[in-house]
Order: sequence, then structure tokens, then C-alpha cells
Amino acid sequence: MVLVIVLLAGVAVTLGSADLSVVEVYRAVCAGLFPDQFSASDTAMTIVWDYRLHRVLMAIAAGFGLAIAGTVMQGILRNPLASPFTLGIASAASTGASIAIVLGVGVIGGEFLVVGNAFVFALLAAALIYGMARVRGMGAESMILAGIALMYLFSAVTSLLQYVGSSEQLQEVVFWTFGSLGRSDWPKVGIIGGIVAVSTLYLIYRAWDLNALAEGDDVAESLGIPVKRSMTIFMLIASLITASIICFTGTIGFIGLVAPHITRMVVGTDHRFLLPASGLVGALLLLGADSLARTLLAPTILPVGIMTAFLGVPFFIALFLRGRGA
Amino acid sequence: MVSLAVRNLSCTIRNCRILSEISFDARAPALVGLVGPNGSGKTTLIRCIDGILWSEGSVSLDGEEMSALPRMEVARRVAYVPQGIRDSSASLVFDTVLMGRRPHLSWSIRKTDEEEVIRALELLGVDDLAFRQLRTLSGGERQRVMIARALTQGSPLLLLDEPTSALDLRNAMEVMGLIRRLAVDEGRLAIMAIHDLNLAARYCTEIIVLCEGSIVARGPPADVFTPDVIGRVYGVDAVIEQRGKIPYIFPLSPRKRA
Repeated sequence: MVLVIVLLAGVAVTLGSADLSVVEVYRAVCAGLFPDQFSASDTAMTIVWDYRLHRVLMAIAAGFGLAIAGTVMQGILRNPLASPFTLGIASAASTGASIAIVLGVGVIGGEFLVVGNAFVFALLAAALIYGMARVRGMGAESMILAGIALMYLFSAVTSLLQYVGSSEQLQEVVFWTFGSLGRSDWPKVGIIGGIVAVSTLYLIYRAWDLNALAEGDDVAESLGIPVKRSMTIFMLIASLITASIICFTGTIGFIGLVAPHITRMVVGTDHRFLLPASGLVGALLLLGADSLARTLLAPTILPVGIMTAFLGVPFFIALFLRGRGA
Repeated sequence: MVSLAVRNLSCTIRNCRILSEISFDARAPALVGLVGPNGSGKTTLIRCIDGILWSEGSVSLDGEEMSALPRMEVARRVAYVPQGIRDSSASLVFDTVLMGRRPHLSWSIRKTDEEEVIRALELLGVDDLAFRQLRTLSGGERQRVMIARALTQGSPLLLLDEPTSALDLRNAMEVMGLIRRLAVDEGRLAIMAIHDLNLAARYCTEIIVLCEGSIVARGPPADVFTPDVIGRVYGVDAVIEQRGKIPYIFPLSPRKRA
């Protein structure tokens, strides 16, 4: 799987509207890494290092992170429909971004107005889910119901903002909600990569606890896991990963829902293997979708959120049908 | 041999008193049956003993107060088989049973942990199902797997919540025989909530009768299962027939509700 991702990344970095040969692209990659041994034209260096390479790495990091967040949510809530999207976290981020775009109001001003709002609203949604579930007794069902209720609420607010906004604002909001990797740059890749890497290592370290929680609250508690505290920590980490990704990319809802399912069909339910494998499937899906989005109607770049569904759904249905037939 | 002391245990959930001032002692080897009508507090008592539910009063194991112990330490001493098993679980039987080793595991699995799992699977007669998914098993097979998981915890106290509720007669008798063997023959203390009075009478060494959150009778099955107790607790007229040391309960008719 890692090899496939590396190969696909190798292909993805050569794709684009600029007229660069494969040799020029790789010469630029090598020149950036080893400036003393290799050289490349300024154009090639700019296109590869300022436009393509961080976008490819962003696709890998974001796909990996969204899949990990979905895996954790589905595991601890024991619900195959749980994902950052269905729990309202992505909807909340959209609302935050819409408020920034339409009303120009935000928690952080300047160039981080939209990003800051999306991040804060995503975490706010997670906090509200947690708060409502705590009032109801912190069960998995309570969290899912709270998440679905919030998803509808935030969607309604976003729709209202679209209704009252100007046509330019409406266009910007819609484009944001499609999800795109076009806004990536090196600092964003660093932030997402760092958060996803640290979170993933911690989650894999606690994979046994995730396995136990997936069997039910009573089972987990009787096996020595403090259920409420653990669920809070896991939800917080999954929300943090999601918020940090979608505040930069916009809504990419499909990866977190389907990548864990696809992986579970192949590697089983043990989170020691499921987590990293699911992350890799997510990375592969998003990288493949973005590569297709950039080439299918080139030079027009399609929104990656649309392509993830086009690419992933047939694959998912094929695996599902094969699984049922077996 | 492990000994359990429950003192003045009370439990209130959402302003509703479920258990009131429960006190009893139990010592291994024994299989204690908790019986009583629906809503009498059997499951709640089991969950309170395991510390899953918060309760007033005291539960101590070998003189050590359970509420003072870390959750992981409690899990090394008490294993719990909850009622109703998730029948949609895609987990393999081996992995499910291996999870019972969680209180003893670091991240990696040692050979001894795998040996414990194999031993439990063989003991429960489900070793040939080790690499089947849990959801493909019958109710009886799944129940055995859950008991195997509790066994691999290596805890001297086993708590079981209606382990026979979804089983046919043969499976129910086999599972009860197995639990009795694990408790009485292998020196554990097992406490189980059970609805079937005849199964309880046949396999349990001691019976605790709960009604409206309080203990109303306690002792060996032959002493506890009397027409008077059955009438008072269940509101059912019954005839008790003694065969050997085992009382058999024949319910006749429900009494008119007051």
C-alpha cells in the first residue's frame, strides 16, 4: 500500500497544466532536495515546489487524517455511519467558513479569517456533541443523535447565509464546501502532517482500548478501560484531526466514512492494524481523486470532494458486493 | 480462595432507587444465582459489584475495597459477561477472546497470552471456531466465546448476566454445567443473574432472591425455593418437588394482581 501511494505520488507530481516533461519534474524535485548535485530551471522549480509537491503531500496527509478520524469515530460509537461529516463537525466548519465569507466576522482576522472560523466551529461542534451526550449520559447513541441534530442545525445556518449573501459570496461558500486541495502550501502541510502524525501514534498506542470500546461500554469498562474519559479523549483527537484538515481544505466528507469500511473488509477490526491501514487507504483515495480531478478536464480542476465520491463509491460497492457473496 | 463482601450497597439511577442496602458474603468455590422478577435489580447489582455503576456502600474482595482500586486492577480481579452480545461484530473469535487479556497486556501480544486464549477456547469447546467471525456463530457458540473471554482475564471472581437467556434447553444446560465446573471444580467464585429457576436450582450452590431492590431470601436452592417465596416474589402459585437435593419448581398459575 505504501509503495502504491509512493508510485501514485510520483505520477501525481508530474501532472498539471504546465508544460513540463517528467524528466524536468524529477530534476526539479532532486534539485530542491540536493541543490549541490542537481539543477533545474526556475520555472520547473517554482511549479514543482510551489504548486505541485505540497499539494500531493497535502492529499496524503489529509486523506490519512480523515480516514483515521472516521475509523476512531466508527469504532468508539459502534456505528458504521459515524464520520466527521455525519457527526456535524464538517457542517460546523462550513458554517464557520460561511460566516467569515458572508458576514466577514471571525475569531481571527486577516488572511486566517475563513480558516480560523472553520477550525473553531468544527471544535465547537465537537464540544457541543460532547456536552449534549454528557447531559444524556454519554452513550454512543447520545453522541450520534447529538451529532446528527447539530449537522442539520449547522446546515440550516449555512443555507441561510447562502440565501442572504451576494452571488460572489454564494459562489465562494459553495466552492469552499466542495473541498479543494488548491489552497495548500508548505506551512499547512506541516501543520496537518504534524497533528496527524502525533495523533496517529497516540491512537495506535491505545489500539487495544479502541478494540475494547468497539465491543461496548460495559465490556470495555470490565476490561479495565475508563470508558467516559477514553471516549472523550478519542472524540477530541478525532475532532482535532478533522478540524485541522477541513479548515484548510473545505469539506471532504467521503474519505472519513468509506476508507474505514473498505479497510475493515480487508484487514479486519483490530485497530492495531486497522488504523494505519485505513489511513493509507484514505491517503490513496484522496491522492487518486485529486490526481483525477486535475487531469480529467484539464486545465480545469474539478473539486476533489466530487472526485472522491466518483472514485471511492464504485470501489466500495464492488468490495461490499463481493463480501456479501463470499 | 477469593471472598466477596458486599455491605449496605444501594444504587439510585435518575432519582429511582434500584437497590437498597444490599449486604451479603460469598466465598469461592461457589456458583451464586441471583434470581428475582424483572426490574428486581439483578443486573444492577452485578454492574455495581464490578464498579461499572456507581453505588453507595462497600464492595470488597479479599478485604480490599474495590472502589479504591484502579479500573485496570479491578479488571484483573473481576471478569464480567454482560447480557446480550453484539451479534453484528465482525471480530474473529480468537481476537475477541484475546481481548480478555487486556488487563495483562502491553501493546504487543506475548506467547503466554496466546496460550491462555487457546486454553480457554479448548476448555469451552470452541477452539475449532477460532478464526470465524463472531457474527457467524449461533447464540450458544457466542455465549461460550464470551465466557472464554472472561476466563482469559484470569480473574477469581466471575460475574455473568443471564448467560442462558438466548439459549435453547441443551445449550443452556451445557453452558450452566460449564460455569458450575469453572466455579465449583476450579475454585472460582461465580455470581450470575438468571431467570430460569429450575436451571438455577440445578446448578447453583447458593441462591440470592431479589425483589424490588432488596434481598428477600438467601441460601441453598432447596431452602430458598419454597411455594411461599415463589408466591411472595413472583406472585405465582407453584409446587416444589424435591428430587435428590434438587428442587424442581412447577408453576401453576399467576395470582391476581393486588
